[in-house]
Amino acid sequence: MDDQTTSSGLVTADGQPLKRSLQRAERTRKLTALALVGPLLAFLLVIFIFPIGQMMWRSVDNPQIVNAIPRTLEALQEWDGEGLPDEPVYAALAEDMRADAELPRREQWMGRMGVRLNYELSGARGAIARTSRAVDEFEPPFKEAFLDAHRNWGNPELWQILEREGRPLTASYYVAALDREYDSEGKIVLRDENRRIYVSLFGRTLALSGIILFLTFALGFPIAFYMSTLPMRYANLLMICVLLPFWTSLLVRTTSWIVLLQQQGVINNAAVAMNFISDDQRYSLMYNMQGTIIAMTHILLPFMVLPLYSVMKNIPPSYMRAAKSLGAKPWTAFRRVYFPLTLPGIGAGGVLVFIISIGYYITPALVGGQSGRMISNEIARHMQQSLNWGLAAALGSMLLVGVLILYWAYNRLVGADSLKLG
Amino acid sequence: MDSTAGDDTAFVRFENVQKSYDGEALVVKNLNLDIAQGEFLTMLGPSGSGKTTCLMMLAGFETATHGNIFLDGEKIDNTAPHKRGIGMVFQNYALFPHMSVAENLAFPLEVRKINRSEIKSRVQRVLDMVELGDLGDRMPAQLSGGQQQRVAVARALVFEPSLVLMDEPLGALDKNLREQMQYEIKHIHEQLGVTVVYVTHDQSEALTMSNRIAVFEDGVVQQLASPTELYEHPKNAFVAAFIGENNKLIGTVTEANNGTCTVQLDNGDVIKASAVNIDGVGSKTTLSLRPERVMVIPEKDMPDHMENVFEAEVLELIYLGDHIRTRVRVCGDDEFIVKVPNTGAGHHLAKGRRIDVGWSVADCHALDAS
Ligand SMILES: Nc1ncnc2c1ncn2[C@@H]1O[C@H](COP(=O)(O)OP(=O)(O)O)[C@@H](O)[C@H]1O
Ligand SMILES: [Mg+2]
Repeated sequence: MDDQTTSSGLVTADGQPLKRSLQRAERTRKLTALALVGPLLAFLLVIFIFPIGQMMWRSVDNPQIVNAIPRTLEALQEWDGEGLPDEPVYAALAEDMRADAELPRREQWMGRMGVRLNYELSGARGAIARTSRAVDEFEPPFKEAFLDAHRNWGNPELWQILEREGRPLTASYYVAALDREYDSEGKIVLRDENRRIYVSLFGRTLALSGIILFLTFALGFPIAFYMSTLPMRYANLLMICVLLPFWTSLLVRTTSWIVLLQQQGVINNAAVAMNFISDDQRYSLMYNMQGTIIAMTHILLPFMVLPLYSVMKNIPPSYMRAAKSLGAKPWTAFRRVYFPLTLPGIGAGGVLVFIISIGYYITPALVGGQSGRMISNEIARHMQQSLNWGLAAALGSMLLVGVLILYWAYNRLVGADSLKLG
Repeated sequence: MDSTAGDDTAFVRFENVQKSYDGEALVVKNLNLDIAQGEFLTMLGPSGSGKTTCLMMLAGFETATHGNIFLDGEKIDNTAPHKRGIGMVFQNYALFPHMSVAENLAFPLEVRKINRSEIKSRVQRVLDMVELGDLGDRMPAQLSGGQQQRVAVARALVFEPSLVLMDEPLGALDKNLREQMQYEIKHIHEQLGVTVVYVTHDQSEALTMSNRIAVFEDGVVQQLASPTELYEHPKNAFVAAFIGENNKLIGTVTEANNGTCTVQLDNGDVIKASAVNIDGVGSKTTLSLRPERVMVIPEKDMPDHMENVFEAEVLELIYLGDHIRTRVRVCGDDEFIVKVPNTGAGHHLAKGRRIDVGWSVADCHALDAS
C-alpha cells in the first residue's frame, strides 16, 4: 500500500534511485574482478579459444574448388543439372587448368581440389591429376578431349559435386559426420547401412562414457566415504594409493593393463591355472569394449574420488548423528541427509569423468580394438591418416557442442554453482 | 522391571559407567548418576572432562566400556540411537543445510510416518513456540546464529521426546543472546516438563538453568547438587574454585571437633572454619571463602559473632557499581578479594589503608588439600 515499499520507489539518502546506486557500487567490484582474471583470459584466448575457433572454421571452410576453377563455376551457372554440361563449361575448365599450371607451384589449387573432391567421389583426384597434365595438348571441342582423358568427366555426379561444392563454405563435412550424403537430386539422405559409422560411434562414445561414469561412481563413492571417516594419517595413505595412477605415465598404465588383460595375460593365465576356465575359453578382456571400460575406469577413478572426498571430509559427523537421534534409521539418515550433501561432489566428479572420457583418445586406441574405439580415435584417424581435416574438424566441433549441451543441461538441472571441484 | 534399576524414580541412570577410547586412559571413571523425570540436570566441567562422552553414551553414539545405562527402567546399552527417542541439540546445531527450516523440523516426524497434515500443524506449533513462526521457508544458512539455535531446539522437541540432550548449545552465541536463550530454554523446559540433560563449561549458565548440577573433572563427578548447595556448600576445593569466585587459603588442621576445626595457616595465623572435607588433625587443608561473605568491620565496632577477624591492607579497588571489588593482603595472601556492597554509607576505603576484615565459621569451608 505504501509506495516506499515497492522496490522501484526506494531511493538512497541523496535521492538517487536505490537500484542505480547499487549498480554503481557493483560496477567497481566487477571491474576489479575483470582485472584479476584479465591476464588468464588473454592467455586462454590465444592458446585455447583461438585454436578452437580455427577448428570450427575449418569444418565449414571450402576454398579449394572456388579458387581452382572460377571460370568453370561461372560457366556452370547455365547448366540445368541434368546429364553433362555443354562445351563452354569444358572450355572454361581447360582454361582454368592451364591458368593454374602457370602459377608458381605453391599457389596452385588444382591438386588441392583433387584431394577435396576425392572426399566426395573416389577417383576424382585421379581424374584431375591425369587431365591437368594433358590439358596443354587439348584442342577444341574440349568436351570430347576431357571425356577421352578420364571417364570421370563423363560422370554427371562429378559435375553435380562441383556445382554444389563450388562455394566458399560447405556443409558437406557435417553431412558426412552425420552419416548422410547427397543423392543425385541434391537431397540429404542417409548413407548405405554399411557405410554409417559416426552416429553409432557417437552413441557408443556416450554409452561407454556413461558406463565408465557409473563404474567410477560405484567404486569411488565407498572409497571416498571410507577415507573421509579415517583419521588424517590413514586417509593420506589411502589418498596416495588413489593418486598413484596420476604419478605414473598414462602409457605405462595402459601398457600394464595390456599385460594384465591380454589373452596370454596375467588374469587369463591365473584363471586357467586355477581351472576356472579351460585353455581355449580364455576371456577376451581387451581389444574390445571391456578393455576400454576397465582401463578408463581405472584411469578416471581419481577424478571421481578427489571431489567426492573433499566434499565428504567437510560433512561434519554431527549431521548423521543428528538424523539418527531424530529417529531416522541408518539407511534413511544416509539417504536423506548424507547423500544429498555429497551431491556437489558427485556432480563435479561426474562432470569431470564424463567430459574427460567423451574425448578420451590414447587408452581406447591402445586397448580398445575395433569395438572399443571412441569418437576421438576417428577424429585422430582423419587428422593423421586420411588427412581429411575438414571432417575431423566437423566431428570435433560436434563433440565440443555436445559437451557444452551436456554441461548446459547439468547446469539447468543441478546448477553449476553447486560444483565442488576440490 | 529390571531389578538392577532399583530406585524407580530414576528416569535416566548411569551405573558404574566407564569409558575409554584408546584402551589406555579412562575418559569417564565409574560414573553413577540418577536423573529424575522432568529434571533439568547440567553436566558442568572444564573442557576435556568427559561431559560430551557421557552425553554421547546416553544418546547411543558411543558405547560404554563398562557399566550400564538405563532409560526409564530399560537397559539401553544395545539400543540403536534412532530407537532411543532422545532429542538432541548439537553444539554446531547440525541443522541439515539442504533442507528448509520447516523440512528440518518435519524430518523427525516424517521418519516416524506421521501423516502430512499432522506434521504441518506440529511444525507450525513448535515454530511458534520458539517465535520463528514465519521463517519456515528459510534455509538454515539464511538464519542468524540465535535463530539457528532456536530451530535446533525446536527440532529436538518437535517429536515430543521425554528426554532432551544439549551439548553446549549456546557456546557459539554472543553474551547477550546467550543469556536470553538461557531463559528461553529454561521456560520451554518448565512449560513442557521434559527431562533435560545439559552440558556446559560455563558455570553461570549452569547456575542459571539447572535443577541440579553434576560437576565433572577428569572423568569423575566431583559433586552432584542443586546450584544453591553447590555454591554454598562445595564439597571439595575443585568445586569451590570452579563455581563462583572463591578465596583460597592453605593451612594445616590443628584441632577438629563437632563439625568445626581450627586451621593454622603457613604464616602462623589461626582460623576457625567448618570442617567439610578434611582428613583429620595434622592434615593439609584448603580453606574456601566467598568474597561476598567477608565483611569489612567498621572501626571500634567488633561484632561478637565474627569468629575470624584479621587486619588487612587494601591493595586495589575496582568500582563495579553495585559493589566495590577490593583486593587486600590478609593472612599472607595477596590475592584475597572482598566484595564490599555499595551501601552509600561508604567505608572510606582507600588504597594502602589498613582495615579489619572478618568472616564467620559457617562461611569458611575447610576442604581437601587439592
Ligand atoms: N572420539 C574420540 N576418540 C578419542 N578420544 C576422544 C574422543 N572424543 C573425546 N576424546 C577424549 O576424551 C576426553 C573427554 O572428551 P569430551 O568428552 O569431549 O570432553 P568435554 O565434552 O567435557 O570437553 C578428552 O581428553 C578427549 O580428547
Ligand atoms: Mg564437549
